[in-house]
Amino acid sequence: MPFIRFSNVSKSFSRHKPRMLLRSHFEALFENRMKERFYALKNISFNIQKGENVAIVGANGAGKSTLLSLAVGLASPDQGDIRISGRLVGLLELGSGFHPDLTGKENILLNASLLGLSRKEANRVYHRIVEFSEIGDFIDEPLRTYSTGMILRLGFSVAMSVDPEFLIVDEVLAVGDQSFQAKCFERIAEFKHSGKSLICVSHSGDVIRQLCERALWLDHGELIADGTTDHVLKMYEGRSVQRTRA
Amino acid sequence: MWHGDYVFVISNLVMKDFKVRYRNMSLGVLWSLLNPLVMMGVLTFIFTQIFPNPSIKNFPLFVLCGLVPFNFFTISWVTATTSLIDNGTIVKRVSVPSQVFPIAAVFSTCIHLTVQIALLLGLVIALGKGVNVYWLWLPVVWGLEIVFVCGLGLMFSALNVYVRDMRYVVESCNMILFWLVPIFYYSVPERFYSIYQYNPVAALVLASRNILLDGKAPPNTLLYKLTIVSFVAIALGTGVFNKMKDRFYDHL
Repeated sequence: MPFIRFSNVSKSFSRHKPRMLLRSHFEALFENRMKERFYALKNISFNIQKGENVAIVGANGAGKSTLLSLAVGLASPDQGDIRISGRLVGLLELGSGFHPDLTGKENILLNASLLGLSRKEANRVYHRIVEFSEIGDFIDEPLRTYSTGMILRLGFSVAMSVDPEFLIVDEVLAVGDQSFQAKCFERIAEFKHSGKSLICVSHSGDVIRQLCERALWLDHGELIADGTTDHVLKMYEGRSVQRTRA
Repeated sequence: MWHGDYVFVISNLVMKDFKVRYRNMSLGVLWSLLNPLVMMGVLTFIFTQIFPNPSIKNFPLFVLCGLVPFNFFTISWVTATTSLIDNGTIVKRVSVPSQVFPIAAVFSTCIHLTVQIALLLGLVIALGKGVNVYWLWLPVVWGLEIVFVCGLGLMFSALNVYVRDMRYVVESCNMILFWLVPIFYYSVPERFYSIYQYNPVAALVLASRNILLDGKAPPNTLLYKLTIVSFVAIALGTGVFNKMKDRFYDHL
């Protein structure tokens, strides 16, 4: 059974972003002071089974993106253990691999290969991607001629075509106009129905209620709550309101 | 974790590099020819008119035999070194194994330089040297050179994430190499010759001249030294890269 398991995971960054020059490395050798560390995640543990849809909520800087980066394997934890079984695809930003000078078609194939599709699979899903993204004739034009909405639509379509067991998305559900957004929700619902997992970050309570039945609440790198979406959101929204009043 | 197709990713990255490079150039492929031709002209002028060296026949072809392998080495080393920074957004956002970026940089230089290699081979044939059976050694020595540069590229691209001025170190090394590789001179004294064979760039130049100009196979000592150095480089490069890649996210 595919799963994602975090056991006592912590991740820190050095507070002063080091300047990556030879000089600063020499300086660091002589300056013997302890580097201040900033903990983005502190001692986080949870399990996600295949088929569960989980939202991660929290204020800006609470560690949500760091958590997703760790789950996807982009970053490695300082302490603790992360186990993942099953095919997992992470999109921490739509269209990160896109290049403005390549055409839509070239970008689709490049991105599909980066996300782990073989040549055969990429050719098979290509037409579905073009159709879903509603790019039309522009597909053979360079990406710099596209509108922002078109690029996001293309990015979303490529992401969904990979068909993983876990799809990890960071704030990507605000894609395109209303009709396209409705289509995205439909596609994600289909994805859920086929027994796969969506793990997402969003600031919109409506989106989360609609897509996920479980939520994790992160605050300053700590896992404050883990439970049903309604329960966690009630706590989270209550706390946010309190804070704005104070 | 990542179950993709390495060949497909690398070929897509090479294609991306190629298309992006040539869509922004009005003269396209001609730019790749201009550099070696100008260098060939300048060096020929200096070493036939100012410091004439009568022992070398057909100096333009002789010097081109040195310039093309040297160009391949320097360009691919520099592009591989900066490849992780150049593709930083992808390295930080998509869980593709980051080894593919330096490797793709080396192969895209190969494609970029095929015109230079074609120019060299074309000139060899045009000047009546002809094709001989030893040309079969060319893919072997070039293949070993590619293995060597991939090793260096892996190592220096990883180092460049931590120390951003690595690029200038590489460029300075290349300038020194221009003099230490027998590009415009021929007779390496006996006592240095065996050391020269350990330098894969010099070895490639010496071997290319053996094959294309002298019509004979490169010496065995050169071949085994090139093989050893190339595989040590790729092993070392992979080791350094694997040791450092876990921290790329924090430093990019």
